[in-house]
Amino acid sequence: MSEFFQYLITGLTIGSMYGLIGLGIVLVHNASQVVNFAQGDLQMLGGMSAVALLSAGLPLPFALMAGVLAGGLAGLLMFKFTIEPAGEAGPLALVIITLGVGLVLRGAAELTWGQSFYSLPTFSGNEVIRLGGVTIVPQSLWVIGMTAVVLILLAYFFNRSLTGKAILATSLDRDAAVLMGINTGRMQLVTFGLAGLLGAVAGVLIAPIAFTHSAAGLILGLKGFVAAVLGGLGSFRGALVGGLVLGVAESMMAGYGSSDYKDAIAYLLIVLILIFMPRGIFGGMSGERV
Amino acid sequence: MSKSEVKQKSPLIEISGGANKDKRATVGQILRWPVTNVAILAVLVVCLPLALNSGFHYHLAVLVGINATIAISLNLLMGYAGQVSLGHAGFVALGAYGTAILSTRYGWPVPLALLSSAVGAGLVAFVVGRPILRLKGYYLALGTLGLGMIIYLVLSNEVWLTGGPDGMAAPVLELFGNRMTDPKDWYWLVAVMLVLVFWMSTNLVNAPLGRALRALEGPEAVAGSVGINVPWNKLLVFTLSAVIAALMGGFLALYAGFISPSLADFMHSIELVLMVLIGGLGSVVGAILGAAVITLLPQVLTVVEEYETLVFGLILIGVMLFMPQGLQPSLKKFWQRIKQ
Repeated sequence: MSEFFQYLITGLTIGSMYGLIGLGIVLVHNASQVVNFAQGDLQMLGGMSAVALLSAGLPLPFALMAGVLAGGLAGLLMFKFTIEPAGEAGPLALVIITLGVGLVLRGAAELTWGQSFYSLPTFSGNEVIRLGGVTIVPQSLWVIGMTAVVLILLAYFFNRSLTGKAILATSLDRDAAVLMGINTGRMQLVTFGLAGLLGAVAGVLIAPIAFTHSAAGLILGLKGFVAAVLGGLGSFRGALVGGLVLGVAESMMAGYGSSDYKDAIAYLLIVLILIFMPRGIFGGMSGERV
Repeated sequence: MSKSEVKQKSPLIEISGGANKDKRATVGQILRWPVTNVAILAVLVVCLPLALNSGFHYHLAVLVGINATIAISLNLLMGYAGQVSLGHAGFVALGAYGTAILSTRYGWPVPLALLSSAVGAGLVAFVVGRPILRLKGYYLALGTLGLGMIIYLVLSNEVWLTGGPDGMAAPVLELFGNRMTDPKDWYWLVAVMLVLVFWMSTNLVNAPLGRALRALEGPEAVAGSVGINVPWNKLLVFTLSAVIAALMGGFLALYAGFISPSLADFMHSIELVLMVLIGGLGSVVGAILGAAVITLLPQVLTVVEEYETLVFGLILIGVMLFMPQGLQPSLKKFWQRIKQ
């Protein structure tokens, strides 16, 4: 039984990260109808920047914060220079553009940091916590805890602040939002910045546990996308739960099944969910997903 | 009449411009015969060796030819039926691995292994196509992506069969008693395949099935209401494009003599999609053009090797921002402006 809880905690840790990436994807998708395939690369950028700044001599907390800000900045720039000029391009063109941005980020990271693997020190030491037969690394608690904090902040932002509400309005009906005097372009810009921040938060949180390297973004972005679609591609809560489900499923697969096929879970899950529950695990059964 | 004039009249271009009721219809009607386009391509392919002066050039030409043929098959799906696939490389890899495994591990004759793998990939596409093609837009993209990634993972993990991440060797193809090892021989083989597939797809595009397919680009309810069996047509073109991709994958394996799971990976699928998009969605000529650009670009970029990923990404963004219709329509417009 302790084995099960061990896998569970590992799964929840990784799942939180998938959830955060998925959250960024949903945020952008709701406001701009763009699926951002560069989301994983924004995460990579956050982690790598933090590593670089730390080795440049910045104290850990500042390096972490700067890494997160770097992700946010990259998100803003991405919108300003690629998504906004694309205007009303079709979904396919937008997918290609975001993939292009991902490649640019990856290429820039390769140039700056090479292709080696990097990691951050853990935030609060390496002493494991033992609970029964389960060992928990403190960083896991950081990841899960910070994810919860981010969620609470986001909920506060969307429910209480004017900007948050304007973003929600933009997501629900862009034309109506424009008529209400909302600068929807600005709101889309903000969501890209937020998505960059979220991605980078996931990046710096996970960097002490999982190594980060310049090419890590693509697969992480795909997993985040899977998390988002599991949750129905539209709901924040759905994306987070989707991420947790994916993380736990992967961890169980690696533990009880074959670790070679750990990654296959994500894709198998996605094909099955899309076919049998096209509205995500929280939606009802229905025919086509439009 | 100049060649560009002929190209302009080609049926491939007329498709998108529905309002293109040409006054010179008499000339246009003759040139609308796909045969003319096929002949032009055949002449180009025969003349190209004049410009190829080393084995390496032939090698590049073979790669472009193989990719162009795969791109044409994907273009049938994306350009005419309007269905995106981010897992097309999976079918290329199925063909490649099927050919290599059946011939080296089970001793099948190479041509039989090649054809069986193509048919096998077609069966896979036919079986999984039905549920996956119910999806639309991003969901279809993700569903096909999942399919491709599963194929990739199986190829990299079933080491006993596929050699795993290290890849496996493929046999040499013998054709008419000739061991095909020289890129020059391969050039002609691939050229024949390219022209055949080009001819087939231009015919298909103009056949009733092709017109039914183009109807799928618009609202499906409209296509359905005029009596087009939408799911069946989608499935048919999905299967067909998988068969062609697998066949060319098999040829690729036999040509390269060595294959690895990276054939099925996501980046390869993306490259194939880019060939179609860069050339111009729904243009068979564009697919060839796009395949040439995407295949040759890394060769050019090796000069700035460490910048390769960066530059590749910038080019993608640039093409989508400044030539969203792709190269072929943009070049066509450019040419018309010069002529005026």
